[in-house]
Amino acid sequence: MAEPQHGVSSTDVKKIARLARLHVEDSQCGAIAADLNGILAWIEQLAEVDVEGVEPMTSAVAMKAPMRADVVTTGGIRDLILANAPKSDDGFFVVPRSVE
Amino acid sequence: MTDLTKMTLAGALDGMAKGEFSSVDLTEAHITACEAATGLNAFITPTFDLARAQAAASDMRRKSGDVGRLEGAPLGMKDLFCTEGVKTTAASKILGDFTPPYESTVSANMKADGMVMLGKLNLDQFAMGSANETSCFGPVINPWRNGEDLVPGGSSGGSASAVAADLCLGATATDTGGSIRQPASFTGTVGIKPTYGRCSRYGIVAFASSLDQAGPIAKTVEDAAILLQSMAGYDAKDSTSLNETVPDWRAACGQSVKGLRVGVPKEYTIDGMPKEIEDLWAEGIEWMRDAGAEIVDVSLPHTKYALPVYYVVAPAEASSNLARYDGMRYGLRVDGENLADTYERTRTEGFGDEVRRRIMIGTYVLSAGYYDAYYLRAQKVRTKIADDFRNAWETCDVLLTPTAPSAAFAVGRKINDPVQMYLNDVFTVTANLAGLPGISVPAALDGSGLPLGLQIIGKALDESTVFTAAGALEKAAGFTAKPSKWWS
Amino acid sequence: MFIAPRVADKKDWLSGETGDWELIIGLEVHAQIASKSKLFSGASTEFGAAPNTQVALVDAGLPGMLPVVNEFCVEQAVRTGLGLNAQINKFSRFDRKNYFYVDLPQGYQISQFEFPVVGEGEIEITPEDGEPVIVGIERLHLEQDAGKSVHDLSPDETYVDLNRSGVALMEIVSKPDMRSAAEASAYVDALRQIVRALGTCDGDMEKGNLRADVNVSVRRPGGELGTRCEIKNVNSLRFIRQAIHYEARRHIEILEAGGEIDQETRLFDNVKGETRTMRSKEDAHDYRYFPDPDLLPLELTDEFIAKIKADLPELPEARKARFVEQYGVPAYDAGVLTADKATGDYFEALAAGRDAKIASNWMMGELFGALNNAELGLADSPISAEALGGLIDRISDKTISGKIAKDVFGKMLAGEGTADTIIERDGLKQVTDMGAIEGFVDEVIAANPDQVEKAKQNPKLLGFFVGQVMKKSQGKANPKAVNDLLRSKLGL
Ligand SMILES: [Mg+2]
Ligand SMILES: [Zn+2]
Repeated sequence: MAEPQHGVSSTDVKKIARLARLHVEDSQCGAIAADLNGILAWIEQLAEVDVEGVEPMTSAVAMKAPMRADVVTTGGIRDLILANAPKSDDGFFVVPRSVE
Repeated sequence: MTDLTKMTLAGALDGMAKGEFSSVDLTEAHITACEAATGLNAFITPTFDLARAQAAASDMRRKSGDVGRLEGAPLGMKDLFCTEGVKTTAASKILGDFTPPYESTVSANMKADGMVMLGKLNLDQFAMGSANETSCFGPVINPWRNGEDLVPGGSSGGSASAVAADLCLGATATDTGGSIRQPASFTGTVGIKPTYGRCSRYGIVAFASSLDQAGPIAKTVEDAAILLQSMAGYDAKDSTSLNETVPDWRAACGQSVKGLRVGVPKEYTIDGMPKEIEDLWAEGIEWMRDAGAEIVDVSLPHTKYALPVYYVVAPAEASSNLARYDGMRYGLRVDGENLADTYERTRTEGFGDEVRRRIMIGTYVLSAGYYDAYYLRAQKVRTKIADDFRNAWETCDVLLTPTAPSAAFAVGRKINDPVQMYLNDVFTVTANLAGLPGISVPAALDGSGLPLGLQIIGKALDESTVFTAAGALEKAAGFTAKPSKWWS
Repeated sequence: MFIAPRVADKKDWLSGETGDWELIIGLEVHAQIASKSKLFSGASTEFGAAPNTQVALVDAGLPGMLPVVNEFCVEQAVRTGLGLNAQINKFSRFDRKNYFYVDLPQGYQISQFEFPVVGEGEIEITPEDGEPVIVGIERLHLEQDAGKSVHDLSPDETYVDLNRSGVALMEIVSKPDMRSAAEASAYVDALRQIVRALGTCDGDMEKGNLRADVNVSVRRPGGELGTRCEIKNVNSLRFIRQAIHYEARRHIEILEAGGEIDQETRLFDNVKGETRTMRSKEDAHDYRYFPDPDLLPLELTDEFIAKIKADLPELPEARKARFVEQYGVPAYDAGVLTADKATGDYFEALAAGRDAKIASNWMMGELFGALNNAELGLADSPISAEALGGLIDRISDKTISGKIAKDVFGKMLAGEGTADTIIERDGLKQVTDMGAIEGFVDEVIAANPDQVEKAKQNPKLLGFFVGQVMKKSQGKANPKAVNDLLRSKLGL
């Protein structure tokens, strides 16, 4: 299989993991990079296809968005909304502090 | 009384209608079978008490003359469908304790039709996998054996295994790249993925939104039609739901295929495919010809790019769809030193290896600098794949192909080679990309006694013709084999 | 890449140690659509509800929940686009903007990136101290709001309320066409007036229904564009001006010291009047926009757009021009009277069939003054246009004088009734009976013989006599008649 045009480096792995909020140990980066490169190398064959002037297909249904009327149909279900919360208090979700 | 678990769904509905047995009888027989089959690991959450209550209620309804399409039938629910008050895990640790306060449209439709739910069925984690080995509740075992434990295929492995082992009369499943049809092929069952938009995605834990589609796994083509009829229908809560009436698919099953133009795509012959599968395909072509169909050679030139397209589009959508699992509002939270650390610990511990791998790929192909080369290009090639089908429909009405490039394989055999694992979906994934209906019908046993399926792909919204062709194939194949009941 | 051809007026240049600088400002305004339910869910948008009581399952990002677009919100975006003289895109699409934040339940914001519903447009603004300026609109797109984080309920945790999650916003992006804080604030004010006139957003900046992200950079007048900083979520016109002043000075100081500006997002601290860095660079975002696969493209028909166009109300700028033309009021007054729809409507009701100049004087003078003192808005005015009209009518038909009218106005304000009731009750009707006036005049002349002699020498003393007569008549004598009579009797 051909070498990928854009090989993923260990630094890239760190960056991707950071974007995806996944933790990777420094020691794993090489292996993960190799794993991703294996898959990306296989995906690279898409470069063979002539896509000049071809519209991207973003949905399997060729229709326009259906629209709903501006009517209040739900609400007042706080207990259901919070039912699975790891932590809640006084009607709020409680999460780790998001500002210093 | 005969073994009620051996019945087809159609037969069981008929038996209850005639008063030969009750839903309670039928449900108890299936619960007994389920309890004996824990070794298959098909269920994540059995709901036997709920099933008993539903069966009793169903019998009452029947007495009052209120009989739904699935009245009193004990069925299984893939654990990707949110079920109100019943744990819904997607076979993940991150949703390991999640109990939705709402019901998916598909399961709600089936409830309204009188379904009895035996439990939530195991699957590949977040439906990502082709062998049902990525579940955090352990792999599902195929009731078919070959001296060793085999995978049932995936991601709807629990559904396929349960139906094949007669633990339920039918089951729901979902198919993003082949997750209904490939396990059906591996377990000697029938599985149909309808046209994208036929079944509402509302309340189904999303994997790849533009590809995900629900459908049933069943014992026969007719049973699949009965189940799909109940599952399908327009739903205003899903913007991609098709506002089309659902035809009488059960009636389509027995129709003649005389004059039907069956396309045979030459690109579906691939290197390394076992000769047995090639021979079975040829046999299938003959069966259709004998039944009066016209066989047409067609070309779908971009077939070989379907899997690479899929492995860009599906992970991209998944990386975004799975961002909501962050430990803040529901699901697992692993406390860290600060917010960033909590996010990372939660998601790293909460997702399995394959899920994390796909999130990484998806994040990468959407990221700045790579979007055009990967994601945008893949979406353009997807257009060409859909165009291939449009061209094919000029000369044929349905396509006949193998369902999968192999029979079921041993547990653990391919888990460490992602690309080898992905190749399982090579014949099924094209229908997802183009949004077309596809069905797998069990056609024969291979040399080692494992089932193999053939696939019919149809035009969008033309499930009727797909059922007709599948019915003819089923009849000609006369597949009646069952796995020996080694697990109980 | 943006270009910024217009060079600021010299008066708007900022002087530094090393010479003059010019400000370049562009704004992204988030305007909350005045819809009943959210952009993609049926939960209410009502302000001020208890936490998490206006949250649909989809607003909380629960598994398997799907968005369905609110047609009314799409209409309002188009309506606003038409009000901005902008291109309406018949094809547009929703994209996902991916990032993690505790008040972003789905892990992405549904927005419009590549294909916004509204494209380029322009509006005219008039800064307080300057000439009208045309500001280009780059685009308007629809997107959903995030939830609200509360940091003061616990020292080491954040409390999250998702009531705002999913509320429909229009993000209106300007071109970098503004050159001073006054222009920027005039632009936001003009936008506010437009959306209020259209009824697409209630424009209440205090409630956060209209908030601005301000992009600021400086350059040498007419020179190369500098690096810009974005100041997020500034929610009053005054703060916008303050933030721009502060930020411009900061840039100039750094540049003059030989430093470089980091392109970054900043926050405005409205207590200190300063901006500060919002995010560290290691957190640099890569939003990975892609088309939302849960939604399909918006495809608007010509009929859909035409229908909205047909019931577009008159916009502030057009109304202002009409007021000048139709009522003959000065441009400045017309601007005040069209500042919002209710004011314009009040004026038109008041001016109908009356002298428009008297109407505008009464409205801008007495009425606004009184409302201001009472800290009331026009909507809460105790005097309706009809009631004020009734008062003006009594001046015009000479039932009362302008002076008496002011007293009557005060009583109307205190809720004592209509002008007619008060005039009747207090017997304020102007005395026009010449016999009665003559009586008063004779009495006054008889009582002040010395003054009469002086007045004959110095006609300026006439005022003394007028005052005495008015006093005798308790202000009700017609002043002109008094004047005429006195002149003839004193032989002036
Ligand atoms: Mg912005
Ligand atoms: Zn925005």
